[in-house]
Amino acid sequence: MDKFIYLDNAATTRTAPEVVNAMLPFFSENYGNASSIYRLGTESKRAIMQSREIIAGSLNADPAEIYFTAGGTEADNWALVAAAECCEGRGGHIITSKIEHHAVLHTCQYLEKRGFEVSYIDVDENGILKPEDLKKAIRKDTILISVMYANNEIGSIQPIKEIGELARENGILFHTDAVQAYGHLAIDVKDLNIDLLSASGHKLNGPKGVGFLYIRKGIKIRSFLHGGAQERRRRAGTENVPGIVGLGAAAKLAFSQLEERRKKVQKLRDYLIERIEKEIPYCRLNGDRERRLPNNINFSFRFIEGESLLIMLDMKGICASSGSACTSGSLDPSHVLLAIGLPHEIAHGSLRLTLSEENTIEEMDETVAAIKEAVGKLRQMSPLYEDFIKKQN
Amino acid sequence: MYSEKVMDHFTNPRNMGELENPSGVGTVGNAKCGDIMRIYLDIDDNHVIRDCKFKTFGCGAAVATSSMATELVKGKTIKEALTVTNKAVMEALDGLPPVKVHCSLLAEEAIHAALWDYAKKNGIVIEGLKEPKQDIGEEEHEEEEY
Repeated sequence: MDKFIYLDNAATTRTAPEVVNAMLPFFSENYGNASSIYRLGTESKRAIMQSREIIAGSLNADPAEIYFTAGGTEADNWALVAAAECCEGRGGHIITSKIEHHAVLHTCQYLEKRGFEVSYIDVDENGILKPEDLKKAIRKDTILISVMYANNEIGSIQPIKEIGELARENGILFHTDAVQAYGHLAIDVKDLNIDLLSASGHKLNGPKGVGFLYIRKGIKIRSFLHGGAQERRRRAGTENVPGIVGLGAAAKLAFSQLEERRKKVQKLRDYLIERIEKEIPYCRLNGDRERRLPNNINFSFRFIEGESLLIMLDMKGICASSGSACTSGSLDPSHVLLAIGLPHEIAHGSLRLTLSEENTIEEMDETVAAIKEAVGKLRQMSPLYEDFIKKQN
Repeated sequence: MYSEKVMDHFTNPRNMGELENPSGVGTVGNAKCGDIMRIYLDIDDNHVIRDCKFKTFGCGAAVATSSMATELVKGKTIKEALTVTNKAVMEALDGLPPVKVHCSLLAEEAIHAALWDYAKKNGIVIEGLKEPKQDIGEEEHEEEEY
């Protein structure tokens, strides 16, 4: 492939070479089933244990609290469905936010069909949930609160500590979808009173198709996949050993340079935000300026549509994403952008750039130039811009 | 996902712009759905479309279908222009992904809206031309299953 600038790290990340190297032997030489008793099997078992320890350590959890899954979506589905079913006798009210990932939102809608009641809490114009709104929504029969750690589109970091405290005070289970945050922010499940936490390997330079669910010790939650006795009888199915090894290696790498990476990426982020705001008129930064993932940038450019912008950037070798309807396969733009109060036409013109520590200042400069050119071209084409200019004159 | 022709018309749109004192202008679609097309027509005394320009807010397919639609109606009589259907536009572009078919409907509708405006201004009736719909695309909403 030709040279390109990758700015879509919230979609997925490059699997780190160290991670690939760690995984390879578990395809070719150490291919044993971790349940087998001969050495080839126990090697796999040991490797899984090692990954479990790394991940537990990264969250201040116990290795026995980490359950490997086939990714973030499975972890979210498991947490919500199983938690709801376990509490079925006690009532059936769940609280979540309006800006969750579809893995949570669609699972909530499924649970609603099964008879559970779900409250979807609003967020403010910066995409942050207010703990007092959550407090008001708590009922006697509330069994579960699920609020994401940080938003995948606009990067807003939620007040997890306050939410955890509220959940604990009221004896309600607290799940957080930390897919975008894990490996990028320091998370202490004990300090934050998190009961269940979902994460995914490929968002932190690990492989795709593997993730985990943290389940606090003592929480009775049924298995989601039924079958063999893997994962302490809670998640059946032969372990994805190379994937789990890769996830462990990725976590080790991410947490060994967390602060360093954060600083570097945040500097690039702030540089890009500043230049776009200064140099492109009629744009709006979506999400919170401070409480924001270090690598997330999300802008709306008025009078233009996101997909056209993505195609133009792609022609310059820039990989980005948008919350426009055309990129979601429906006619509605992103639910997150609507939840922060953007009108439809402005939500359609959104652009998300998510950086990694591999990006450079030169790439940021190229990106600004490409966005400027594309936005300019699209505005010349736009009847909305034409009307706007005529109204001004 | 797009054909080469679509990409060509998106990157080098034909007849993009405005016309001063157009014979007819039509704007269709809505910003809510993410597509707005505006077509300008310059029609001579023999009812021949001398010139045609467009402006579009929308995705790659929306831009390409507007561009192709202007190409197809240019030089045609207003009666012939009515035969430029969304299917004709799609075929000329070597097809569109299924989710983008509504863009071609919008292009057809934009031409009709501009013709309607011309007919109204000149007090004539164009046989077979119906009053344009305001909000094309609204009926496209599909129920999602979970």
